Amino acid sequence: MLIQSLKMAWNAVVSNKMRAFLTMLGIIIGVVALVVMVSLVNGATGAVTSEISALGNDMIIANVIDDKGNPIYLEDLSVLEKDAAIGAVSALSQVNAQGKHGYQEKNITVYATEASYFDIQGLSLDSGRYIRSSDVENRSFVCVLSDTAAEDFYGKMDATGETLLIDGVPYTVVGVLAENDSIMSSMISGTAVYVPFSVGSRMAGQPYVTGFYTAASDPNGLNEAESAVKSWLMARFDRDEDAFMLMNMSNVMDAMAMVTDTLSLLLGGIAAISLLVGGIGIMNIMLVSVTERTKEIGIRKAIGATRGNIMSQFLIEALMISLIGCLFGLGLSWLILRVVSVIAGSITFAMSADVVTLAVSFASAIGLIFGLYPANKAAKKHPIEALRYEG
Amino acid sequence: MNEVIRMKEITRVYEIGGEKVYALNKASLVIREGEFVSIIGPSGSGKSTLMNIIGCLDAADSGEYYLDGQNIRDYSENELAHIRNKKIGFVFQNFNLLSKMTAEENVELPLIYQGISASERKLRAKEALERVGLTQRSKHKPLELSGGQQQRVAVARALATKPALLLADEPTGNLDSKTGAEIMELFHELHRAGNTIVLITHNDEIAAQAERRIRIMDGQVTEE
Repeated sequence: MLIQSLKMAWNAVVSNKMRAFLTMLGIIIGVVALVVMVSLVNGATGAVTSEISALGNDMIIANVIDDKGNPIYLEDLSVLEKDAAIGAVSALSQVNAQGKHGYQEKNITVYATEASYFDIQGLSLDSGRYIRSSDVENRSFVCVLSDTAAEDFYGKMDATGETLLIDGVPYTVVGVLAENDSIMSSMISGTAVYVPFSVGSRMAGQPYVTGFYTAASDPNGLNEAESAVKSWLMARFDRDEDAFMLMNMSNVMDAMAMVTDTLSLLLGGIAAISLLVGGIGIMNIMLVSVTERTKEIGIRKAIGATRGNIMSQFLIEALMISLIGCLFGLGLSWLILRVVSVIAGSITFAMSADVVTLAVSFASAIGLIFGLYPANKAAKKHPIEALRYEG
Repeated sequence: MNEVIRMKEITRVYEIGGEKVYALNKASLVIREGEFVSIIGPSGSGKSTLMNIIGCLDAADSGEYYLDGQNIRDYSENELAHIRNKKIGFVFQNFNLLSKMTAEENVELPLIYQGISASERKLRAKEALERVGLTQRSKHKPLELSGGQQQRVAVARALATKPALLLADEPTGNLDSKTGAEIMELFHELHRAGNTIVLITHNDEIAAQAERRIRIMDGQVTEE
């Protein structure tokens, strides 16, 4: 019976292909809008989140705004580091300088860090070593190059042992960082050169800590670490909350996730409305179809079709139109997302199974809901009157 | 002989413009198994109403109607549909075939509503088409067939369910006299094979071919 109903519905759909297609168009556009919009938001979210987490989502960034004439020194940070909640602390200051090797001259960003910065930030080396604690203590004139800096000055990755002039002062290159494929971090760091904090902070004219990065001892204990840092800073700066700024990267991620969730809900909602309009189109055409086929309904009833038979015939037809439309819509969405992915280059937009399920269930629901009224109208027709109908 | 139809004082009243019109007024009749009965009457005589009631397309306002021993009374729409499906084979004046289906599919349709399996359906449709001599044309759609052939398909569709009663409403009305005669010959053949046939017509010549004639006039039934 079910196979028969499906066959009947299929025959009715293909017997009027143009009309069926035009009816489907509403559903196709709705599904494409839904799937493409949600997939775009998801893809963009994925890309941005991975960029943010590449910057390090498991650390706390502290910046001193007003040191009240009582600046923090490196030795003070080691007190903070002893807190159980805190894994590692590294002071960081940043200054722009002129780098020179031979005839190669370039603006560089000098990061003055401690040895622990390497782990906190999750860096990796291409060759050589990172800055050591002894470099910081001895104020050694050594530097570690980012991959872009190595390429810019030496035209090669293996620049260990070379000498780089930073603002005219010679530094020995002791290591080169591995290439970082995250767009955002390369955008932010640019041509980065890392030097011992003790050396770099003097270069910046601020031989004390203006900002530092903290990692938690436990990866899930970021909030505890944050409160430890906060209470330490509060004690340090006369309980003045405005003297410093704290940024918990996991909070940034959470906020980001909330924004994108809202965005996909909003866009999905708009797309759902266009699907609804498509459903109304189906209802419209089905009503016309029921009137046109009054005679057919009469014949079927005369030879023994029950209300349920007629009802399911038209309902399945509506459902079929909307599901075929959904299928076309999914195919088209896939195509669009492929094209967008090619254009966007680094970001891949893919249809998730969730979105497909959402689209299919939404399309079925719409086919059912908007098919119900016409199908019921067909089923309720009186056989004698329907047989007499001459359309 | 079993009674296929027993009608007792069947009345059907329509209200047109506040006025009561008796389409059937205490009509009684009995038709036995294997009979070939014609019901004659001019238009407006209550002929169509009688056919609708016999065919379970409509219900009487009062009176009793037994079809194949079953009292047709207070049945729901769905139950009437099942009775139509199993007990009655309709043949209409304008054939009433589904134009988008082939002859074979049209014949299969009532069997589909009986929930019969596809292979069994094919077999019975083939048998029915063979009986009306249309095996060659089974894959054609109604519009590719002549009027006489279309009516044969309709007869095949009516026969496919092996109904208790073959109910024909002006089956030759839309056919030329030669094709009409062929269709009548088909009915005679089916009658000889044991089918119970009720033929409704306004044409005395056609009606005369039946072994028993019932005249209907102003809602009253009289035997001739």
